[in-house]
Amino acid sequence: MNDFLQMPLLQILPAGKGSALALLLIPLLPFAGFLLLGIFGRKHIKSASGVIATTLLLVSAALSLYTAYGYFFDYGKVNGVYQKFIAVQYTWLQFSPGLSIDLGILLDPISVMMLVVVTFISLMVHIYSLGYMKGEERFATYYAFLGLFTFSMLGLVMASNLFQMYLFWELVGVSSFLLIGYYYNKPSAVAACKKAFIVTRFADLGFLIGILILSFHAETLDFNTLIERLTIDGSHELHTAYSSMFLGASALTWGAILIFIGGAGKSAMFPLHIWLPDAMEGPTPVSALIHAATMVVAGVYLVARMFPVFSMSAGAMHLVTSVGIFSALFAAIIACTQTDIKRVLAYSTMSQIGFMMFALGVSGSNLIEGSLNYANLGAGYTASMFHLFTHAIFKALLFLGAGSVIHFIHSNDMKDMGGLRKYLPITHITFLVACLAISGVPPFAGFFSKEEILLAAWQHNKMVYYVALFTSGLTAFYMFRLYFNIFWNKGAIVHGEHHGEGGFVMMLPLILLAVGAATAGFIPFGNFITADGKSLESEFHWQFSIAPVAIGITGIFTAMWLYKNENNKPAAIASSLGGLYKAAYHKFYIDEVYLFITKKVLFNLVGRPAAWFDKNVVNGLVNMTGNTTLTISDKIKGFQSGKVQQYAIYFLAGVIGLAVLFIYIWK
Amino acid sequence: MMEPGLNHILVISAALFFIGVFGFFTRRNLVTMLMSVELVLNSVNLNFIAFNKYVWPNKMDGLFFAIFVIAIAAAEAAVAIAIIINLYRSHHSIDVENAEEMKF
Repeated sequence: MNDFLQMPLLQILPAGKGSALALLLIPLLPFAGFLLLGIFGRKHIKSASGVIATTLLLVSAALSLYTAYGYFFDYGKVNGVYQKFIAVQYTWLQFSPGLSIDLGILLDPISVMMLVVVTFISLMVHIYSLGYMKGEERFATYYAFLGLFTFSMLGLVMASNLFQMYLFWELVGVSSFLLIGYYYNKPSAVAACKKAFIVTRFADLGFLIGILILSFHAETLDFNTLIERLTIDGSHELHTAYSSMFLGASALTWGAILIFIGGAGKSAMFPLHIWLPDAMEGPTPVSALIHAATMVVAGVYLVARMFPVFSMSAGAMHLVTSVGIFSALFAAIIACTQTDIKRVLAYSTMSQIGFMMFALGVSGSNLIEGSLNYANLGAGYTASMFHLFTHAIFKALLFLGAGSVIHFIHSNDMKDMGGLRKYLPITHITFLVACLAISGVPPFAGFFSKEEILLAAWQHNKMVYYVALFTSGLTAFYMFRLYFNIFWNKGAIVHGEHHGEGGFVMMLPLILLAVGAATAGFIPFGNFITADGKSLESEFHWQFSIAPVAIGITGIFTAMWLYKNENNKPAAIASSLGGLYKAAYHKFYIDEVYLFITKKVLFNLVGRPAAWFDKNVVNGLVNMTGNTTLTISDKIKGFQSGKVQQYAIYFLAGVIGLAVLFIYIWK
Repeated sequence: MMEPGLNHILVISAALFFIGVFGFFTRRNLVTMLMSVELVLNSVNLNFIAFNKYVWPNKMDGLFFAIFVIAIAAAEAAVAIAIIINLYRSHHSIDVENAEEMKF
């Protein structure tokens, strides 16, 4: 029926190149660790559990690097274009000849990149946790959960079809839930994990409906086929997806928007971001892994994975852009006022993910709906993936550095810190590197990726560019506010003896990540990861860089002026800003809005009537049945007297009655 | 001397049946009740044989049923006597009114 179906969509892994077994082992090793530690960890191998999990992940990371090397430098490129390979394909549920749910491994530039990012950051966190979580009661459980998370995240990035992605998407949500609630005897952690789960689950409903809409029109769940069918001009599927309208938008746009809602929930985009700051209740290495480097970028990854479909719909792309840029600015403003260092980093994460989102959004939205012109795409896509990569490194470094500080000072609050550079020299230097990287100071990693994002925004929409420029100034400001408050400002306030920086296992990841944050920017990303697989000429204009770097430096010096030494300038500025400062400090009252909607509106309008109905109608029916039965049985229980002859009389009377009935009445 | 016909036999059979039912309802001694049940069963046997002889003399179904009932009655007597013995062992009586608490 569809002649383009015969087109070779993808190729099976070339013979002798790369091993499907190795690819399978990448996610399965952490899963094996999860099973092993989950079952035997608490009783038998408690002390060794960290080492076991770390070793398994080390193998997994090595296999990922091997795969990435093979893909990018050996077999991935055919005629100058990076191919998509289905390395493993297994039909799991066959519904009809045309529709099945498969489990498979898809290799393409972004999935291979994510493999490396996830396993590398996860390995760093595993190593770091050996020191950070030492002596915890549920040490083995912690590592089991980390293994489950890593397995789910790897399954997510390698998913070859939408449904598999959704499956692992939920698994990732569960492991995030488990790890946020790791300190289960702390009420705030319990509340936070419930909040995270409910908010992301709510967003996932959108994702599921989006999957149903798109797969209904494309008649497949497989990524490659689905994208192929929904993006080829004049295809039957694309035509129906465009022509079925609902509330003024086509089915394709609705599908893309709903999928984006799922991604926005996981990536903490406004207004679904409320769970991320609270998720900081989890152990700090977990925040580094899940809530900074890997899981929260799943939404960006999802949009990038579905990018050709998104780019068919101008409306969806506009939404991605506006939500991304608004979240970036919004979170940056809040980050300037928070005093809990992990919350500052959480809002910073949200802001940076906003950057990645709008970079994807500006990639294709200058297109007219229905025509796909790859030449116009690409720049923002590559920039977004590049930023995802560098952000994972420097944000994990920031969180692990913050972990070191918290480990040392046993507090999350900036007010308790100051002058720590003398006590934590390695943390100080690595933290500084990460701050410079996120602020976009050359030659650190963040400079290059942010530059590309700003360039893509400039070419697309000047308004977005100026907002992004302002936001990157704010980024530099709040990061250095954090830096100066922790390491400078007040004199050293450590009293009594202290236990040092936490040993080799905690310093090694910091140093490795700092090296990454300093050098990752030099990777020519345009050669490897583009929307269409061809390499992208990265245009680098030094004139263009002047404005972002200047505004970044301004932010840094403002923060230095305000926070390097203890003074009352910040308080004075805060009071002069008045309402704005207060609103930002209270996170613009978004939590309160949610509480108002849930407690006042939903509870009163839906909850209470439903409770009344349940109490009076449903319960009433049940009680009535019970009471009737009770009354009747009370009346007739005398029949069972235990007197055999009485029973015989009833029996005889019954037989006579029946005989009379059949013989005389009912002839 | 009149040849006894179907009606005579049915009258005897009905009399036997009601004697049995009456005994079953009025006697308190379990063995007597068992004997009453036997009377009821024998009245039914008599019916079977009488109908077989006078209505379908060429068939033997009635005879078969009579034999069948006798066999059942024997089995039933065995079970009933076992029950009665057990009741006697636990209650030292075979009065049916003493077995009322068995309903619990």
